[in-house]
Amino acid sequence: MKLDPSAALAFLAGDAQADRVVPPAGFTVRLTLFTSAAMAFLMVFALALSLAAGRLAATWSAELSQGATLRLSAPAEQMAAQTAAAIIVLQTTPGVASARALSADEQRALLAPWFGPDLPLEDLPVPQLIEITEERGGFDAEGLRLRLAAEVPGAVLDDHARWRKPLVRAANALRALGWVSILLIGAASAAMITLAANAALAANAQVIEVLRQVGATDGYIAQAFVRRFTLRALTGAAAGTIAGLIAVSLLPSAGAEASFLTGLGLRGWHWLLPFLIPPVLGAVAFWATGVAARTTLEGLS
Amino acid sequence: MIELDNVAYSYGGGELLSEISLKLAPGSFHFLTGPSGAGKTTFLKLCYGALIPTAGDVMLFGQNVRTMSRDDIALGRRRIGVVHQDCRFLDHLPVSENVALPLTVAGAEHYSDIANMKELLAWVGLSRRADALPPELSGGERQRAALARAVIQSPDVILADEPTGNIDWDMSQRLLTLLIELNRMGKTVMIATHDLSLIRAAKSHVQARVLRIANRRLQLAGADL
Repeated sequence: MKLDPSAALAFLAGDAQADRVVPPAGFTVRLTLFTSAAMAFLMVFALALSLAAGRLAATWSAELSQGATLRLSAPAEQMAAQTAAAIIVLQTTPGVASARALSADEQRALLAPWFGPDLPLEDLPVPQLIEITEERGGFDAEGLRLRLAAEVPGAVLDDHARWRKPLVRAANALRALGWVSILLIGAASAAMITLAANAALAANAQVIEVLRQVGATDGYIAQAFVRRFTLRALTGAAAGTIAGLIAVSLLPSAGAEASFLTGLGLRGWHWLLPFLIPPVLGAVAFWATGVAARTTLEGLS
Repeated sequence: MIELDNVAYSYGGGELLSEISLKLAPGSFHFLTGPSGAGKTTFLKLCYGALIPTAGDVMLFGQNVRTMSRDDIALGRRRIGVVHQDCRFLDHLPVSENVALPLTVAGAEHYSDIANMKELLAWVGLSRRADALPPELSGGERQRAALARAVIQSPDVILADEPTGNIDWDMSQRLLTLLIELNRMGKTVMIATHDLSLIRAAKSHVQARVLRIANRRLQLAGADL
């Protein structure tokens, strides 16, 4: 169905006279409102979960491409020589794009979360770290280990990829699960609104019969119901979305230090996405009620 | 306007109506009679497109009902005013809005002609009941409100199914007078009734043809009344 903005506006503005032909029903209105609100609330969380899982996967994938580190333990006087030797080995290894020894300041920053900022690094036998950037194809970790064992005995190769890959897979699965949840919530909303619409159509059988008798077209009768349910779903979903957004904004922030685990909240322009939920649920209601009304009407003479 | 050509109708099982041919000429006045259960209501339903014949053809204003879409039939009903046996209304709307319903569903701006509406309600004697809700009306008032609703769009044909079924003699005389007045204004009228005295009462005022359903067939009843 094509969405013409002016037609959509006219539909929402409605025809006061046409609205009056269907009697107002108190109880089902509130149920439809409540269910739409609950669905929208859940959708906000499913969306936040999917987006957070997506961020997690992206962060970990990005770090994964940075590859590996080399940890070098040696007596202080040999450290510089061994570092130079290790870098030469690395630079001659196929698949290694670059290798760079971390400066003392960088190492202090890495250790600060654990030992505090005033660590006298020079006085401690802290191993030297060498950051390795891989080429696209990666390098042969086992071969490199053997060469290092022969030429730089104090070096230990730490391959991040091995333990990060399953985490990235898990994050991607979590994101997929989030999207499946969103689809399920949408489908459940459609089912719920169809049931509510069918109940309303059945309860108003006499109204529909009278309208048919006086020459109302199916479109006219259907619209009286469709408009009502679309507006209810829109209103309920808007309330649920706002409640969901408030709840998400109250979640504790993970902060920069734990950015590795990323917060479950929304970031940046992602805050705009939940505002799509009410129109989407409204469209679902519009479609579901339309189908229900047309099916019912076609069964009548 | 309404033409039936060799029409038959069956609800499953045997045929209720067979070999029915009839042409309703503009401005004619017909009574339809026959014992209860003979198929008077079914015949009227065939005439306004609520039922599709199981055999033969029904033409409404030159269109065959078989080829008409649901919307075509809805539009056709705007040219045929029907007074149903059990007149139903929208119980949550006052009489005046119920009477104006055919205009409302046709998308007319809120029955702009209030004077016209008042005149119509006065004509059926419901001026003082305009704001009442349908469940508050008596049987006769309901029948008259149904008649007002049937004619508000100035239809070409008026079909009435037992319009005097559950009202007293004075009231049915009044209703009959209204239908005769409509016929004088050029409307085609068909009244289904089993009340022969009503037919006799009408005969002195209007040139009416009497159709009788007997043995599943439509016959022209003569002077035997």
